[in-house]
Amino acid sequence: MKLLSFHLMPYRPLDFEAAAKHRSAWVVLPNSLYDPVKGAEEYERHIDFLVRGEALGFDGIGVNEHHQTAYGMMPAPNLIAANLIARTKTVKIAILGRALPLTNNPVFIAEEYAMLDNLSKGRIIAGFVRGIGAEYHSSGTNPYFSHERFHEAHDLIVRAWTEPGPWTFESENYNLRYVNLWPRPYQQPHPPIWIPSQGSSETVVWASHPDRKYPFLVTFSSEELVTRYLTAYREQARKHGYEASGDQLGWAAPIYVAETDERAKEDAKRGIETLFNNYLRMTSEMLIPPGYTSLSSTKNFFKMRQTMATRDSFQSADQLIASGTAVIGSPKTVRAAIERMREKTGFNILIGMFQFGVLTDELARRSIDLFAAEVMPHLRK
Amino acid sequence: MPAQTSSVKIGDVAIKLHRVGKGTPVLFLHGANGLPQWLPFFDAIADGYEVLVPEHPGFGGSDDPPFIRNIGDLALFYLDFAEALGLERFHLIGHSLGGWLAAEIAIRDRARLLSVTIMSAAGIRVPGLPAGDLFIWGPEETVRNVYYDQALAERMLAMKPTEEQMDVLLKNRFTATKFGWQPRWYNPDLEKWLHRIKVPSLVVWGKEDKIFPYQYADLWMKRLPDARGLVMVEKCGHAPHVEQADSVIPKVRAFLKEAAR
Repeated sequence: MKLLSFHLMPYRPLDFEAAAKHRSAWVVLPNSLYDPVKGAEEYERHIDFLVRGEALGFDGIGVNEHHQTAYGMMPAPNLIAANLIARTKTVKIAILGRALPLTNNPVFIAEEYAMLDNLSKGRIIAGFVRGIGAEYHSSGTNPYFSHERFHEAHDLIVRAWTEPGPWTFESENYNLRYVNLWPRPYQQPHPPIWIPSQGSSETVVWASHPDRKYPFLVTFSSEELVTRYLTAYREQARKHGYEASGDQLGWAAPIYVAETDERAKEDAKRGIETLFNNYLRMTSEMLIPPGYTSLSSTKNFFKMRQTMATRDSFQSADQLIASGTAVIGSPKTVRAAIERMREKTGFNILIGMFQFGVLTDELARRSIDLFAAEVMPHLRK
Repeated sequence: MPAQTSSVKIGDVAIKLHRVGKGTPVLFLHGANGLPQWLPFFDAIADGYEVLVPEHPGFGGSDDPPFIRNIGDLALFYLDFAEALGLERFHLIGHSLGGWLAAEIAIRDRARLLSVTIMSAAGIRVPGLPAGDLFIWGPEETVRNVYYDQALAERMLAMKPTEEQMDVLLKNRFTATKFGWQPRWYNPDLEKWLHRIKVPSLVVWGKEDKIFPYQYADLWMKRLPDARGLVMVEKCGHAPHVEQADSVIPKVRAFLKEAAR
């Protein structure tokens, strides 16, 4: 199994009481709540934490892109990736990913990834995402054209990596007289492309297509949903006429390991609850702006929200553990949860988020060390 | 007299069109929320006029053709519409998104226009005074911000739409997003061409508009070359023709009469 250590780089010193006065921890959370002295310290610790992944035996370390939020301090993940490249030797660096529709010239993304691929001598995994709904507010990108921009940008970037330039690109959203990438990517024909997703059926059909066969990573979902989405990918691959390999199926989840289940839950509780209830807190209008998903998906989403709103919307550690959204427990419990998912889906890429919410460096380190010592060897068998 | 509803084809695009009354045509262009209900305002204007209320492409019961990608496309579509319907001379009234659309139509071709009424319109910006963000407001918050009279807002909120109506509202919201998301409810190139609207015009605004504050009306007055008047409605939010119809109707009718002379 391929194992990655992934980080959102949350701004942990956040004043939660002050933040609660605002609509969300995204878009409208005043940046006066960000203290650059504390923030600089956060960057250093978060980066140190990721770098440890190499010594612990992970195959890859991962970062991603989010804008104007305390949830993650990486509006420019490639800057962090460049730093990680300089501090590591062999580990893969996964950017999961850049949000293609948010820029007006995707060639810049192709260039940055190609640079990182050269700097790392071929250690880059290039994630492509659309950005979450809130980012259509914070970037001013029109969500109505999100899917169209994603697909056009994808085509442009892959062509820029693979077709000798210069050439001209024309599409609805991007019209470029000269495309001629310097540098070209180090890996041939191009760095692996991975697709982190919340499981939309449109993405499943597209990513599993025989021309692409892009690894599909399901993020932040219950065990039931991860199983359903990964199974959907497998079934779609069969419809396309081939059998998907485990290397096309990924699961990204918060993981915490301690000596016992009780201890693990106690240690992880505050971190996991702040992640889901404070850092991820946003309105439907931010999460699903019009056009971000299809009419029918949007309709289903609002129906679901309505039923959820009648219940207590707070997600407790117990609930998150019970649903399998967060994998928290003793090495035995965590091994069992991962094995169960492997049996059900045959997935072969595990992206562990070992730091989440306000979880301290000390606890996160203890947990990842224990994971490396007592879980990793079993997954390598 | 009840309104007649029909489907008219403009090229390949089917448009749901409501009409009421007889006389000189008045084309009413609805706002971003579409046309959730028929308004007494239409019937009142229809006394002596033929009021035409189309549902824009992408809204309500009309087709959603992919070639209409921005407000300029929509404006040119409506020039096709006027030609196809044989509207030789007509008055144009637009509310909110429809007001913006009216201006985009008028700067392109005013030959058929008798007058333009700009009501609580999007389309231009007042620097330093951004429009209220109905894309970030929740559904209840939006209704409360649209109307000044909170009792009216309560009544609106008490009406629970059917599933079919919900589907229409979602479709409308998607299309409104296409036109209004970025830049948020304006076209940076519109204001400099407003001098081309050399027909009598009227500006109607709610003094308490929380989407486009009343200062927007002042800028329209400054830029429209033949503005005959500003109707600034006290105790009124973003929909003067709904919230203060009784005070707005006679002023609009008086203006239409004067403009046709």
